[in-house]
Amino acid sequence: MNAHSHREESFFRKYIWSTDHKIIGLQYGLTALLFLSVGFFLMMVMRWQLAYPETPIPFVGSFFGEDGILLPEIYNSLGAMHGTIMIFLGVVPLAVGAFGNYLVPLQIGAPDMAFPKLNAASYWSYFIGGVIMMGSFFSEEGAARSGWTSYPPLADIEVGQTIWLIGMVFLITSSLLGSMNIITTIVQLRAPGLTWRRLPFFVWTQLVTSFLLVLAFPPLEAAAVLQLMDRVAGTSFFLPSGLVISGEALAVSGGGSPLLWQHLFWFLAHPEVYVLILPAMGIVSEVIANNTRKPLWGYNSLVFSVIFLGFMSFVVWAHHMFLTGMGTAMSSFFQITTMIISIPSVIILSALFISLWGASIRFNTPMLFALAFLPMFGIGGLTGLPLGIAASDIYLHDTYYVIGHFHYVVAPGTIFALFAGIYYWYPKITGRRMNERLGQLHFWPSLLFMNGVFMPMFIQGLAGVSRRLWDGGLEYAHAAGVLQWNEFMSISAWLLGISQIPFIINIFFSLKRGEKVDRNPWEATTLEWVAPSPPLPHINFETLPEVHREAYEYSVPGRNRDFTPQTEPKKG
Amino acid sequence: MEIPYIVDERPDTGIYNAKLGIWLFLASEVMLFGGLFSSYVFLRLGAPVGAFHEWGQELNIPLATLNTLILISSSMTMVMSWVSLKMNDFKKFKLYMALTLLCALCFLVIKYLEYSAKIHHHIYPSTNTFYAIYFTLTGLHGLHIIGGMVVLFYLWVPGSNMWKIKPEQFTNRIEIVGLYWHFVDLVWIFLFPILYLL
Amino acid sequence: MSSGDDVDIQSHIKVYMMVFASLAVLTIVTVSASYLDLTSGEAIFLALVIASIKGSLVACFFMHLISEKALITWVLMLTAGFFFILMFLPMASFIDQAQIG
Repeated sequence: MNAHSHREESFFRKYIWSTDHKIIGLQYGLTALLFLSVGFFLMMVMRWQLAYPETPIPFVGSFFGEDGILLPEIYNSLGAMHGTIMIFLGVVPLAVGAFGNYLVPLQIGAPDMAFPKLNAASYWSYFIGGVIMMGSFFSEEGAARSGWTSYPPLADIEVGQTIWLIGMVFLITSSLLGSMNIITTIVQLRAPGLTWRRLPFFVWTQLVTSFLLVLAFPPLEAAAVLQLMDRVAGTSFFLPSGLVISGEALAVSGGGSPLLWQHLFWFLAHPEVYVLILPAMGIVSEVIANNTRKPLWGYNSLVFSVIFLGFMSFVVWAHHMFLTGMGTAMSSFFQITTMIISIPSVIILSALFISLWGASIRFNTPMLFALAFLPMFGIGGLTGLPLGIAASDIYLHDTYYVIGHFHYVVAPGTIFALFAGIYYWYPKITGRRMNERLGQLHFWPSLLFMNGVFMPMFIQGLAGVSRRLWDGGLEYAHAAGVLQWNEFMSISAWLLGISQIPFIINIFFSLKRGEKVDRNPWEATTLEWVAPSPPLPHINFETLPEVHREAYEYSVPGRNRDFTPQTEPKKG
Repeated sequence: MEIPYIVDERPDTGIYNAKLGIWLFLASEVMLFGGLFSSYVFLRLGAPVGAFHEWGQELNIPLATLNTLILISSSMTMVMSWVSLKMNDFKKFKLYMALTLLCALCFLVIKYLEYSAKIHHHIYPSTNTFYAIYFTLTGLHGLHIIGGMVVLFYLWVPGSNMWKIKPEQFTNRIEIVGLYWHFVDLVWIFLFPILYLL
Repeated sequence: MSSGDDVDIQSHIKVYMMVFASLAVLTIVTVSASYLDLTSGEAIFLALVIASIKGSLVACFFMHLISEKALITWVLMLTAGFFFILMFLPMASFIDQAQIG
């Protein structure tokens, strides 16, 4: 051991400007959880307006309008910022920044990330981006209100967008730094003996995710720069000629194309969907392998599927643009690629389902969340197929059906997987297990109310209710038959919020009172369980682990234990 | 336990960490400029036939040619400074770094002259889509030059103490910043014809 | 790098000099070509070909890609693939759209 580990560090060096991947991972995690609750709060406010249009909001109404009634423009801000916060400040930082940072070095037996200082810079860039985004609520213009997709020409002329773009540049920088670091770490710092085929599946998903971030985010950065130029320097990248606003011709040169933004935006934003889902699949696989006490079924097909998903996610983006008047040739192309990309997703889901077969499953909280992920993600994925086919998408585009579809993927999908991950790795981080009873109290209502929020959206969407309506469709005759669902969904959403209270209590309660555990409370095989709980600052392991086995040697016949850690040497 | 492969190459990949790091960064840069080049093509296709060529006539080709030659020279001096370290010639390294920085400075001065000439003729980014993409692309490229100069300056004077303590790691650093610098040159090699000549 | 490389360094410098000279010459060529009376399609083709040659020279020799490890080459091939997708799919969709009018 070197002097590094014995050196006393000041509080600032240890917890604020830390270069230890575990501290940075926790910083990411706590900040992201905070942002997730902010994003959730914005949504709860919006749901009041949808359930009880133009009645004063209880408790917090004074923040949103003089008489407590949500103004339409504030509703638009909340919608845009809910999406932005949830995706760029919540789920991605939690899935990649927190889980990736904390677990990847541990699972590959490395002392830290390859570039610790860049890692800290990545977190602080994210933090600044977050502060800018939150600050925009209090700025003179208010927060962005052109949707999280920021489609021009609206986004070019609507207020609040400039700060959003500046915030995005910081967030993109953060993601780029973080993902380069993860790739380099995985490629360069794997412990001796940890070959590619012995890599835990979670590490594979992080590797592919990071490649998506490195290669897909820069075009959005380019697009953000162009939109910033449009707003600040008066250029017309996204403004066509002859644009008239409120009866007045816009004083710009014109000649630009709003479609250009959509191309650049979705070039990122479709791979981004896989950035959201792949780490979740990785977490679920780890939890399922451990709690079924069986090797993952079809490790190779899982790995190839995840790589193939990564590739394909770059050539499907224009299925978000079927309604832009795209020609039939391009529509067909993107329709076909979209159908192809569903194949590896189905393979992954099937492999995980088959892994359950014949297992004696331990039904603990992480496993419950992981099990719930499977059908929830299944619903999210399958309801996506009609959106990938141009003919049906023309009807469903921009309705609540779309909202239901992607929320099933991200909310009861990814977020459940992230919950599973938190419950599963909490003992590693703190040395104590989370309370099982509170965990169950968190899981069952969450599962129920998640479906209560999102299932009726399919019904509303199929009836043609449009997605960005301030009054929830009150003015439209065709929506009248399904509007009663609004109240049901809103109440479900608020109850879903209340269901998170046991989780928050659990996090703090278990920190002091949880059952104390040793290194390997779940009797798992992968490398992070070889390190002490919590792992040593800056170096993780007492000695460099050496890997002798594949990642999931559970219940191998003829052995005296039902798990064999990767570090256990092979006999003879 | 130190982080391995900071200086030495990992046997199975054959490279040290920062080498992979910088190439991943350059890969992301390729996609960043790729997005902008794609925008250029999109806007050019959308403009009236021949308009981009016509609007571009205002640009000063001789000055841009000079700038191209300057940037190529700076790439040459950059690679020579790395070679000097390889040959253990620290003095030559210092000289070539100084020349690289000088070239970069010349490039920026000429760029400034070009910009001010445009503004003098009342040509702004808002004039038309050609100048919008012209100012954005060259501006972003200029920012890359400035960023590179900051790092080069650091390695030229304050950071060069590392040579005495960890010569191998310092040589690696010069190789890394060199890769970045050549990439900035490479971007210009494409910017020059599409903006000035076509 | 091993000490055997020191002997090669002089020949490396020669290569760098030749690359530098070719880059300078190609710059002059591409500028001169722009004054020729070519159709716009021919001019674009010629300029891009010359730029690609120059870019390859920089990448292969100044950036040592020609002797770089396979890992780096793979990363760049992947990037190049996505770069072309980013260039050509929006272009293709533009043309497709223009045909409908």
